[in-house]
Amino acid sequence: MIENSEEKDIYILGIESSCDETAAAVVKNGREVLSNVIYSQIALHTLYGGVVPEIASRKHIEKINQVVQAALDEAGKTLDDIDAIGVTYGPGLVGALLVGVAEAKAIAYAAKKPLVGVHHIEGHIAANYIEHKELEPPYLCLVVSGGHSHLVVVRDYDKYEIVGRTHDDAAGEAFDKVARAIGLGYPGGPKVDRAAKQGRSDAVAFPRANIADCPYDFSFSGLKSAVLNYLNSCKMKQGLDGNEIYSRKTDNPDFDGNELVDPENSVTVADVAASFQQAVVDVLVSHTVAAAKDFGFKTVAIAGGVASNSALREGMKKACEKNGIELCYPSPVFCTDNAAMIGCAAYYEYISGTRHGLDLNAVPNLKLGER
Amino acid sequence: MNILGIESSGLVASAAIVNGEKLVAEYTMNNKKTHSQTLLPMIEEIVSAAGMDICDMDYIAVSRGPGSFTGLRIGSATAKGLGLAVNKPLVEVPTLEALAWNLNGCENMLICPIMDARRGEVYTGVYESVRNGEGYMLKQRMEETAEPLATLVEFLNGQGCPVIFNGDGVAVHADYIRQNMKVPFSFASRTAMLQRASSVAELGAIYAAEGRSVSAAEHAPVYLRVSQAEREREKNV
Repeated sequence: MIENSEEKDIYILGIESSCDETAAAVVKNGREVLSNVIYSQIALHTLYGGVVPEIASRKHIEKINQVVQAALDEAGKTLDDIDAIGVTYGPGLVGALLVGVAEAKAIAYAAKKPLVGVHHIEGHIAANYIEHKELEPPYLCLVVSGGHSHLVVVRDYDKYEIVGRTHDDAAGEAFDKVARAIGLGYPGGPKVDRAAKQGRSDAVAFPRANIADCPYDFSFSGLKSAVLNYLNSCKMKQGLDGNEIYSRKTDNPDFDGNELVDPENSVTVADVAASFQQAVVDVLVSHTVAAAKDFGFKTVAIAGGVASNSALREGMKKACEKNGIELCYPSPVFCTDNAAMIGCAAYYEYISGTRHGLDLNAVPNLKLGER
Repeated sequence: MNILGIESSGLVASAAIVNGEKLVAEYTMNNKKTHSQTLLPMIEEIVSAAGMDICDMDYIAVSRGPGSFTGLRIGSATAKGLGLAVNKPLVEVPTLEALAWNLNGCENMLICPIMDARRGEVYTGVYESVRNGEGYMLKQRMEETAEPLATLVEFLNGQGCPVIFNGDGVAVHADYIRQNMKVPFSFASRTAMLQRASSVAELGAIYAAEGRSVSAAEHAPVYLRVSQAEREREKNV
């Protein structure tokens, strides 16, 4: 991108604390990341098999200043150089969001800078701008994470239209639940991805859900139940009961998924992981490509934590190539929750005039495109 | 020396400014609206009404807990953000001591703030107001803790002197207190009943003069309780 030397560069300090990552970043002109600091609490929450909201909030307040300061220092900037403060104000865990929101508001007030509240999902979508300088709306974006499964038409930098959504579990949620059932533990996404690499994706036939009259919508709870039922039937065949067999390796870092689930048919944990993952990927890819064709988009982006899943990236790449669609996805570090993406989204909100007051509140169920 | 006091540990949102000589401003709201929406606009209002700038503050004193977990974090994150932006230290003022400070000057009796901690407990501490030159200071008689009200009442009955209560626990537990206190007791007036940022700021000034300040990065609330998930995990291990 050629920068106009007449125009002043815009620097945004982004802050994100909607779940279990405390993050801050400095972003130049909405596309160039000068710093991207993430303090992850994953190890802590692993003890509980998922994110504990109160513990997440407590960690945020302990780390937020260090993270913000590190983001400024790594960018070689002070607050004087910053043009606006961008902060995630929803959706997410309310107690966690409130830490970032209160911090951002206080900084904005004391440093006399404009405040721009950002929708977390807008942030995930905007993460694509960081490494795809040519990407501009309109395009279609699949947003898939632990809390979201949306197909979004990005009409403009601040105009979004949801054309597909999940009727029950988010894709990432299904990964977490299945990972727990096959003894892989939390976080499920990366662990299933790794185990699946050693498994056969056609070992077990799991269902692909399509919803009548809603061709772009998703449903993952039936798939999840099918996996759980399959595991139970395998246990019964072997005269086993309870959760013991697949959960005892949860804490073993060397676990490779070779444990047999169904000895009779030589099906391993890795096979179940691969077969489940393929079912999720097939649905995500086919619905996304169908929507892109129907709406006439030649560019598709993917975003959110699940966008770093290697099978989804591969599947999406193949399908897009086959259909002549340009595919964008962020590097893994910009797929997980981070503040660089919040800085990007805040930049476009800032230049379009969005400003929030010092009474900005956290909105845990904030809707995309309804602000 | 200018000190901004911030209080959001309970139902009340409150902000105050004190300097060496006087209480310059105080803004207290107890009207249900969320602290997240009210606290910072209140700070902005008093700072500007006092003809000051937030940069003029030498210290930011914050009610450091115990109290509502979320309420404490709103006050803490606000104080930390201000401290980061203007590069000023924070003073962590124990919430119960600040409540007791509302009643500083009540001689010959024990001052006992009680905050409703749910699960059948109160956050409490016991203090005594003693002469200090021409004024008064607080002496701690029982460390702050979360405990059943019955345990506290038993302790107070054993002290053999009158007690004055304040805090939001009074509204919840007045009947129990009336039925079980064996020593003379009283309840604070409404102006001294709940948290006030002026008390946080004035105690903050004393703490700051004693060198008891922290960096904005270091500060975190004191909850006096672990999270429910941690409690359950400890039980199961």
